[in-house]
Amino acid sequence: MLVYLIRRIGQSLLVVAVMATLVFLAMYAVGDPVDILASPDADEFERRAIAQRLGLDRPLWEQFGIFVWNALHGDLGRSFVYNVPAVDVILQRLPATLELALAGLVFSILIGIPLGVLAGLKPNSLIGRSVMSGSILGFSLPNFWIGLMLILLFAVELRWLPAGGRGPTTSVLGLHFALFTWDGLKHLLLPALTLALYKSALVIRIAQAGTREVMLQDYIRFARAKGLSSRRIVLVHVLKNILIPVVTVLGLELGSMIAFAVVTETVFAYPGMGKLLIDSINRLDRPIIVAYLMLTVVIFVIINLIVDLLYAAIDPRVRLSEAKG
Amino acid sequence: MSAEASSLPSPQGRGTQGGRAMTPILSVRDLVVTFAIREGVVTAVNGVSFDVHRGEVLGLVGESGSGKSVTGLAILGLVDAPGRIEAGSIRLEGEELIGKPERELRRLRGKRLAMIFQDPMTTLNPVLRIDTQMIEAIRAHENVSEKAARDRARQALLKVGIPSPEERLTAYPHQFSGGMRQRVAIATALLHRPAVLVADEPTTALDVTIQAQILAEVQELAAESGTAMVWITHDLSVIAGLADRIAVMYAGRIVETGAVADVLERPIHPYTAGLIGSVPSRNKRGVPLAQIPGMTPSLAKVPPACPFNPRCPRASVTCRTIMPEPTPYDGARMARCHHPLIEQAPAAA
Ligand SMILES: Nc1ncnc2c1ncn2[C@@H]1O[C@H](COP(=O)(O)OP(=O)(O)OP(=O)(O)O)[C@@H](O)[C@H]1O
Ligand code: SF4
Ligand SMILES: [Mg+2]
Repeated sequence: MLVYLIRRIGQSLLVVAVMATLVFLAMYAVGDPVDILASPDADEFERRAIAQRLGLDRPLWEQFGIFVWNALHGDLGRSFVYNVPAVDVILQRLPATLELALAGLVFSILIGIPLGVLAGLKPNSLIGRSVMSGSILGFSLPNFWIGLMLILLFAVELRWLPAGGRGPTTSVLGLHFALFTWDGLKHLLLPALTLALYKSALVIRIAQAGTREVMLQDYIRFARAKGLSSRRIVLVHVLKNILIPVVTVLGLELGSMIAFAVVTETVFAYPGMGKLLIDSINRLDRPIIVAYLMLTVVIFVIINLIVDLLYAAIDPRVRLSEAKG
Repeated sequence: MSAEASSLPSPQGRGTQGGRAMTPILSVRDLVVTFAIREGVVTAVNGVSFDVHRGEVLGLVGESGSGKSVTGLAILGLVDAPGRIEAGSIRLEGEELIGKPERELRRLRGKRLAMIFQDPMTTLNPVLRIDTQMIEAIRAHENVSEKAARDRARQALLKVGIPSPEERLTAYPHQFSGGMRQRVAIATALLHRPAVLVADEPTTALDVTIQAQILAEVQELAAESGTAMVWITHDLSVIAGLADRIAVMYAGRIVETGAVADVLERPIHPYTAGLIGSVPSRNKRGVPLAQIPGMTPSLAKVPPACPFNPRCPRASVTCRTIMPEPTPYDGARMARCHHPLIEQAPAAA
């Protein structure tokens, strides 16, 4: 297990290094931030001064060296716009996005697993078919459209929930979370639901397929022959088996959930990392974009690691075979 | 088990022959199970009848697809869609099971009726520990504490010859060999000393030595708890040492029954003879095995009249036009064949 862990961490570091290089090169190709930062009537001298201050006048390899060196020290540059460390700006927004992604994740599990299992147990029934058709809808409706519809219904028509923004936050360990206040939760509900819809559809499909497959297995037959109640068979024997694919996929999708949050956050004017990214792209605030991308890569990698470990915790077979390897 | 414990109702009245009246513990009558599949409705089990008495072992043999497993599943009420029990009666200790609500069937399963399956690699849930899977089987029927159930699980494992059961209880199925897994399944199935154990080829997937050990253990355990067994197999050599009576199935029907020694030594039905001829044996070493020519008919197009007629060396025009009916023979035997291999006249003629 330890060998496996070390190997996985090694792979993760490699991924981060490769991504860092790609991100740096991509940023270099995107455009010259001096164009944005300098006033339109700035002369060549002023422009050169700005470039010099930002280190943009040095050769590419030197800029890259400095970038890597600083990155290793947790410094991804200062925001051109806010003039504070880019990492700080992102970290300030991170809790909002994490909160959103996690709430979305919880919703997709709460919606997806029960419906998927139900549809898997009765694949030919009306309810089974309806759930599966519904999941196709969940796949094909665009995220922003669902968000707008939810806003129209719950915020504009019914006036039950706020249309956007983030509620009041409380500080936990120095980070600001809205999760712990009623108003904060109300602000979180619609964007999280929007974000969760696509994933719910995914979870439904995985859970349905998994349930159908598991129900045909001999061990389910044996469990029935033992006289177990269907409740126990579904809640223990089936659920524990389908959790393996669900956790794998959801874990991998948590990363894309954070990325998808870009659209959702924009629709709901939700002050998370995603909205910050869009704003920063518009302003060519290169350090913020770089910091966002790097941070996302790191989050992805960490999530994958956690998923692998969780996977081993759920599936005893993985635990053993990986321990050998 | 004595030959009086006939497996089929005979005109003389079963059970009175030897002057010993016994109610069978399991009595199956005219069981019909159909499957509604794309090609139409196929009849997997077609009018099967047999009795099993307390402590008796009935061997249910036949080629693949003859309906053995479906018969076994029907006994436990585990035939799933697209399958359906169309007709017949299954009585356990006199109590009719067909038509019983699922709730009541569930109470009998695992308690009075148990079943073990062919592939030990897949009968245990891979993600649950052995103790979980055994304790739940106990607590499904008895309101005992977790600890008491665990104690019983441990003793059950010890009984089927699993060393250091306390450690093994916390293991997962993949940490066991196939033979050990089948032992766990057997121990689990016999936890409540059921009246009937349906064993669906539980040793087929194991190598010969393990198979022999397990057979001996099951036999001993079943005898101890008075459990009757329906032992499904296509391996006649297993049946020879294990069963008291034998029922030979072909295309959903029982074509011959009788005491094991009688049937194996003097088969009546040509199909039974064919099965016996295809068993490897010591004194025939080197001689190529006789194979029954042809294949088991697809259930979607069973030949008319005697379903065995295209493959039967004795087939006549009668066989292709008239369905042979169950006919009783001496020694509480039954066969359905127009041209039996035994000279002796049918007992009820
Ligand atoms: N789930 C099912 N769906 C459709 N048909 C089925 C199903 N289960 C069984 N059958 C039909 O019932 C027939 C008998 O099947 P069964 O499993 O009882 O055979 P068997 O005698 O146990 O054979 P084997 O030795 O291969 O286990 C099959 O040939 C098949 O046509
Ligand atoms: S009835 Fe005819 S075809 Fe059928 S087994 Fe007997 S002899 Fe063969
Ligand atoms: Mg079978």
